[in-house]
Amino acid sequence: MIGYIDKIKQISKQILEDCKVDMVIGFRRGTVPMMNEPCVAKTEDDVDQFVWDGHCGINLANYLMGRKEKIGIVAKGCDTRNIVTHIIENKIDRDQLYIIGVPCKGMIDRRQVNNRFEGVREVIDQGDTVKIIGADFEEKLDKTDLLQSNCATCTHPNPVIHDELVGDPVEVPTDIDQWADVRKIEAMSTEDKWGYFDDLLKECIRCYACRNACPLCYCPTCFVDESTPQWVGKSQDPIDVRTFHFLRAFHCAGRCTDCGACERACPVGINMRVFTQKLEKDCYDLYGWEAGLTTDVRPPLDTYRADDPEEFIK
Amino acid sequence: MKIININKADWNTGLKKTADGYRLIGPVMDQGFYLFKPLESGKVPDMGFTNTRLSAKGIIYPQSQTLFNYSLDPNREDHHLLTEPEDAHQLTVVIGIRPCDAAAFVQVKRNFDAPDYQDPYWLSAYENTVLVGLACDQPGSTCFCTTAGGGPYHEDALDVLLVDEDDQYLARVVSEKGAAFLAKAGWTETADNDLVMKTIATRKEAAENRISSTIKTNNLADAETMAIYDAPFWDDVAFACINCGTCTYLCPTCWCFDIQDETHGMSGQRMRSWDSCMFPLFTLHGSGHNPRGQKVQRVRQRFMHKLKYYVDKYEAGIQCVGCGRCVDQCPVNIDIRKVCELMNNAGKQSVTCAA
Repeated sequence: MIGYIDKIKQISKQILEDCKVDMVIGFRRGTVPMMNEPCVAKTEDDVDQFVWDGHCGINLANYLMGRKEKIGIVAKGCDTRNIVTHIIENKIDRDQLYIIGVPCKGMIDRRQVNNRFEGVREVIDQGDTVKIIGADFEEKLDKTDLLQSNCATCTHPNPVIHDELVGDPVEVPTDIDQWADVRKIEAMSTEDKWGYFDDLLKECIRCYACRNACPLCYCPTCFVDESTPQWVGKSQDPIDVRTFHFLRAFHCAGRCTDCGACERACPVGINMRVFTQKLEKDCYDLYGWEAGLTTDVRPPLDTYRADDPEEFIK
Repeated sequence: MKIININKADWNTGLKKTADGYRLIGPVMDQGFYLFKPLESGKVPDMGFTNTRLSAKGIIYPQSQTLFNYSLDPNREDHHLLTEPEDAHQLTVVIGIRPCDAAAFVQVKRNFDAPDYQDPYWLSAYENTVLVGLACDQPGSTCFCTTAGGGPYHEDALDVLLVDEDDQYLARVVSEKGAAFLAKAGWTETADNDLVMKTIATRKEAAENRISSTIKTNNLADAETMAIYDAPFWDDVAFACINCGTCTYLCPTCWCFDIQDETHGMSGQRMRSWDSCMFPLFTLHGSGHNPRGQKVQRVRQRFMHKLKYYVDKYEAGIQCVGCGRCVDQCPVNIDIRKVCELMNNAGKQSVTCAA
């Protein structure tokens, strides 16, 4: 995966030179370990800033909405699934895009690394291994042990839609239980579930980083920001905090690709993916649906079919 | 200045003694990071932290705060009266606050304690809080306090500065408030001033040398405001921003708030909650017009406020203490150090042009 960057730069320069696009969205080296910054290249010189490694976890599909330009975009498997969702939901036109597809081997979990090692100064993705350098230590670990949890259970690492691929498709794992965590919560008693959710959300500061990092959350005015009528209070009241997280998850039902952007963005380490994953699982169980795989079929929650399951209606 | 020796063997018992009279708050590790939390019934502060994830600002300026309660219900005795919340700020001591977080209160005070307006809620909380700081021997890699007007041993904003020295804390007594707290804890053993002053000076220098990150702010005050405002770099700076509230909510010096009434039936309370200039709603007018309707305008506002408007208005430096939280936690790596450099350079050019 670390060898992709030359190809990414070559394609980006070519499509800019050929005037196929006005800009290319990619990543440049960040200023702190394990953080690359989304950026725009409009010239070939800008393209030289581009980087690609296991620190490109931010979902770039989030930067497409409503843009009028012709855009090149560097996109992992999950990013392309969100691009598909954007196309279905008329947030961007397929003809506007030149998708530089990146077969993905997973992104490094920044939070986990920082929790395990104190004073991390540099983290180098070496392909199958990761080198972690601190002020007075150096460690080498298997990348599989440091993946973001959504990457560890990813079943669509290859771009589902692209104009060009920067490398051969990666092997798709088949023996993965994506929803083990959801099943654990489903098995809890109602009381235990409430306890679990309360504990999960207790440090939420309502900064809305999860919402804003999510490519699906593009409502012109989010329900939490509505004032006439006001649906949710503004304070730290746990009822309001829960309402925000639950409703946001429901709003993502049948659309979420489990890209992990929400969890990755959270400054207080909340795994709000348990909510979206539950709905992802329900959509799979009820409709055999996985979001963002095709532009040819309408998602189950924005269409009606006579044979839709209805066992849940009591 | 008086220095008290606190033997660490007497630390917990001393803290316990102060619980009668003070509400104790200190750093606690939970869910993989540190936060300031009330130290209930004998819980002890965990002093082995670099920086808490959220700053200490919420202790004096809670994220959500009830200003008063009201009722229009004629059956209630207190109808049509404003009543203060029962939990109005009691005498509080913050154990282990870092010098940067304490310095932030001084910066914020310029806003909440201005000549024309004084914020009674913030001020009464501030006056009722004792800041027992902990000198910072292992600053983080994104800390830049020494070039943001402070330092790891900076004590001006504190009531007591603790220096962790083997099996004891050397406590520099900075204020009367601090002295009263130490006395309440029963810590009275005066240290040999000359000797410990040397120790502290050596440790201070070592800590300052560990700060590897710096900013330059020398051109900001003299710069033409519009030269920075209209500088060409803002689109590039703002591109990645997702307009969440992480930077402003984690920042010890961001002070903006929103006021709302929360009404249930005929009664309710007036609440004030932190707000963020990153949110589109922040400047949305009743007419529907939004003077900062675009992301780039909001990003520019945050940095202009901290690094130019504040500098010009109060003539006391920047509105930033260099704690590094926004740098560490920004989900898309927008880095105030980098933006400050761009602004300072743009400022330099404007000064040269004017001359």
